[in-house]
Amino acid sequence: MAKDIKNMVKPDVYHSLGLSDKEYQNITKILKRKPTNTELAMFSVEWSEHCGYLCSRKWLKLLPKTGKYKTLIGEDSGGIIIDGLAIIFKMESHNHPSQIEPKQGAATGVGGIIRDIFTAGARPIASLNSLRFGSLSQVYNKYLLSGVVNGIQFYGNCVGVPTVGGEIYFDESYSGNCLVNAMCIGIAKKEKLMRARASGKGNAIMYVGSSTGRDGIGGCSILASHEFKEGEEKRPTVQIGDPFTEKCLIEATLEAINTGYLVGIKDMGAAGLTCCTGEMASAGNSGMDVELRAVPRREENMEPWEIMMSESQERMLVCVKKGKEEQIKKIFLKWDLNASVIGRVTEDGLVTIRDNGKIVAQINAHSLTKAPIYDMPYRKPRYLRKLNKLKLSKIPDSKDYNKVLLKLLAAPSITNKAWVYQQYDHMVQTNTVVLPGSDAAVLRLPATKYGGSASGGKGTNKAIAATCDCNSRYCFLNPYRGAQIAVAEAARNLVCCGAHPAAVTDCLNFGNPKKPESFWQFKNCVEGIADACKSFNVAVVSGNVSFYNESPKSAINPTPAIGMIGILNDINKACSQNFKQEGDAIILLGYCRQDLGASEYLKEIHNLTKGDAPQLDLKLEQAVQKTCLEAIEKGLVNSAHDCSEGGLAVALAECCISNNDKVIGANVNKLNYDMRGDVLLFGESQSRIILSCNKDSVGKLRKIALEFKAPFYVIGKTGGRVLRILNDTEELIYLSLEDLNEEWSGSLKKKIEG
Amino acid sequence: MKFGVVVFPGSNCDQDCFYVIKDVLRQSVKYIWHKDTDLDGLDCVILPGGFSYGDYLRTGAIARFSPVMKSIADFAEKGGTVIGICNGFQILLEAGLLPGVMLRNRDLHFICSYVYIKTENNDTRFTGLYNAGQILKIPIAHNEGNYYIDAAGLKELRDNNQIVFRYCSATGEVDDQFNPNGALDNIAGIINKKGNVLGMMPHPERSAEKELGSEDGYFIFQSIVKWLKI
Repeated sequence: MAKDIKNMVKPDVYHSLGLSDKEYQNITKILKRKPTNTELAMFSVEWSEHCGYLCSRKWLKLLPKTGKYKTLIGEDSGGIIIDGLAIIFKMESHNHPSQIEPKQGAATGVGGIIRDIFTAGARPIASLNSLRFGSLSQVYNKYLLSGVVNGIQFYGNCVGVPTVGGEIYFDESYSGNCLVNAMCIGIAKKEKLMRARASGKGNAIMYVGSSTGRDGIGGCSILASHEFKEGEEKRPTVQIGDPFTEKCLIEATLEAINTGYLVGIKDMGAAGLTCCTGEMASAGNSGMDVELRAVPRREENMEPWEIMMSESQERMLVCVKKGKEEQIKKIFLKWDLNASVIGRVTEDGLVTIRDNGKIVAQINAHSLTKAPIYDMPYRKPRYLRKLNKLKLSKIPDSKDYNKVLLKLLAAPSITNKAWVYQQYDHMVQTNTVVLPGSDAAVLRLPATKYGGSASGGKGTNKAIAATCDCNSRYCFLNPYRGAQIAVAEAARNLVCCGAHPAAVTDCLNFGNPKKPESFWQFKNCVEGIADACKSFNVAVVSGNVSFYNESPKSAINPTPAIGMIGILNDINKACSQNFKQEGDAIILLGYCRQDLGASEYLKEIHNLTKGDAPQLDLKLEQAVQKTCLEAIEKGLVNSAHDCSEGGLAVALAECCISNNDKVIGANVNKLNYDMRGDVLLFGESQSRIILSCNKDSVGKLRKIALEFKAPFYVIGKTGGRVLRILNDTEELIYLSLEDLNEEWSGSLKKKIEG
Repeated sequence: MKFGVVVFPGSNCDQDCFYVIKDVLRQSVKYIWHKDTDLDGLDCVILPGGFSYGDYLRTGAIARFSPVMKSIADFAEKGGTVIGICNGFQILLEAGLLPGVMLRNRDLHFICSYVYIKTENNDTRFTGLYNAGQILKIPIAHNEGNYYIDAAGLKELRDNNQIVFRYCSATGEVDDQFNPNGALDNIAGIINKKGNVLGMMPHPERSAEKELGSEDGYFIFQSIVKWLKI
């Protein structure tokens, strides 16, 4: 039997489209015949790992879909509801395109995620991104970083969505496979939300936006669903972005949704028209009959399968109520955009594709979109046993802590990222209250702009905070705990701004899922995220999986990037990380423990990726976070900063210098720990927050900490032009703010521009 | 009194300007689609920031051919109040309503940041509520803010007191080290000879509310309101 089928279509044809022998057999069973070229192309993209989640779906079911805020889960994005407003958000990867062509790869990543948000009916109000590169000592990595930043600014600035936050890390494992994860947040009145579905016999299927070309053919199946091999030419699979068209598309789409004449709408992203026709019909339990001649094209003589697979950007498919086609067309034409009826909804459950009337594909929508689920084998990597062992006695104690601190402040993963975020318009739409450079971005939600809160009144005092986090070195050494820490740290960052952690989107970046050791990392990270989210009672409302992140040399560190949204009940209480005035008490919530493993210090100073991820006690984490939040909401706190990479010393330095207009020193003279200086200063114990407050608020703060059972220590006071840190009577750090600032502020630019 | 905010395809600060006029200043305001030509009943026209026509070809180069621009030229000719912010300033230059051109920023990067500017001329309808020499904390966000004009043109600007804002330090020192984009003579904003058309690169609409970190830009709009009422 298998042999007969192979005789019908040569295996190298479907292999080149990324389909296996077994999948091909499956397709012939579904169709009960040999597939046409167009059908084969459609199955190949719809059943790609990128679109079909073949390997991951089984494990993704572990992620909680409900939490303390009311959640909404749509086809392509999700969100939460507060005061009658829907906050919709999602994060998505664009790794392989960015590795090949950084500017356009990153730009189209931003464009794609923004479309996922406004096709849900929400106005995009903020973008974030999570980026990872190999060492900047290699010229190609500098090119990638500059190119990716250029792509994000090129697209995001023009489209008018502020880029308010994110993270950038550097590690050798990303040399040859950088990561570009883009996140977008949108806002809508609950009743204006749209679904990505088509239904109602006779309703129109309308194509809107840019014309279709040959760009991006096979982007999801060939490029995103395989690892990089030596010397491969994949540039033609990268799409080209046009932010100006996207800006017009945002306005036209939101205007069209406002008419009430739309049934459903979907972005033609990965797998283009195939994905839109199949998934909209399937989600609406209907079929559709589409004529390809009506599709606006920018190239001559395109074959039907090329039109079905193209990933040209800034296009969408809309289901419009019968009889309202002209009104909708008029809106898009006003913005100089294509709008063309290409088909009608049917009741037969079939996606029928015609080329000049002749049927070139006819597939049951459910069968097309129901990609097979694979149960992948997994195995704990052997190398971990050795790597997880860390003997402190074998690590020489770097006695010159001043030098170490300066070196860490200049380390690319830690240093000030102003060179990057100043290239992004982070203020357009005038909602950004806490600007980039603090623990999380804070955005106001003026009711007069967004249609008012359920409670009425002139404006809502509520605001949202947003952050992206993941320490992939922790995840490499301990995937389960590393993923938990990513969730805990994201929540901690929000809490430091005064926000209640509310909901999560994740972007799961891993190596080849067919390698059991890679898959073990994936499975453990998903379990870690699920357990941590349940402990914080937050839902995972949307997300994305990116496998095959491998260069010929190695796989990337497992990188489950966590995007988290928090809610501030009162915008006026928003808090930031920098010390505000001289003479304030400095407080440490949490413990310093013997947690040197997996630290930036070991990596930067001793060139070691070794030990275990820091300990994490979720009860202690909650106690610390609740104390911080309550203290901020009671107005007792002047600054709050999470301790993360680089440990206590780096966190204190950032508190001193991160507001360029007003740097303030600190005298930290009340630490008393029985541990080595480097472990105390640079160890990365979790669940720690540094607060500053007026002297006379200390008592009230201590009471709150006692109530939540959070460790509470007054460790010093702010003031002067120096950062000084003592353990008992031993002076560990004594550095002027100028010296700290020089390393922290200027290093990234120097490393990139030379 | 009525404000109009022009919407070009690609404008992206139009809604921010609209919001500030309507909800912060509580004045009457409407959008003007770039293909409309009717400015009747308007007292002040705002050309907002953004990327009109994607900034393709050259900033403002395509927008100046929009039908509304002819009406705006007539409106300005008759003494109507016009303010161009960022991309709006670039369009005014391309349309010839203000002298000079914009080059790419000195370091060839987009810059989004708070800067300080000095009020060099407070005897205008846009700056009447500022003190002479008052320093404003106000954001910029642009790729092409490197203002240039030839020597004769610069002399004319200076002689006629047309330079309204200059980039400076927090304490008001005007020097090249406080110049974010390389603009000639630290120029951040200029006015036409008649005094009714202002172009500026910084964004007053982004600094009109305390919540956002600065209210300094608010008084540009409020100065216009006050002047128009007289």
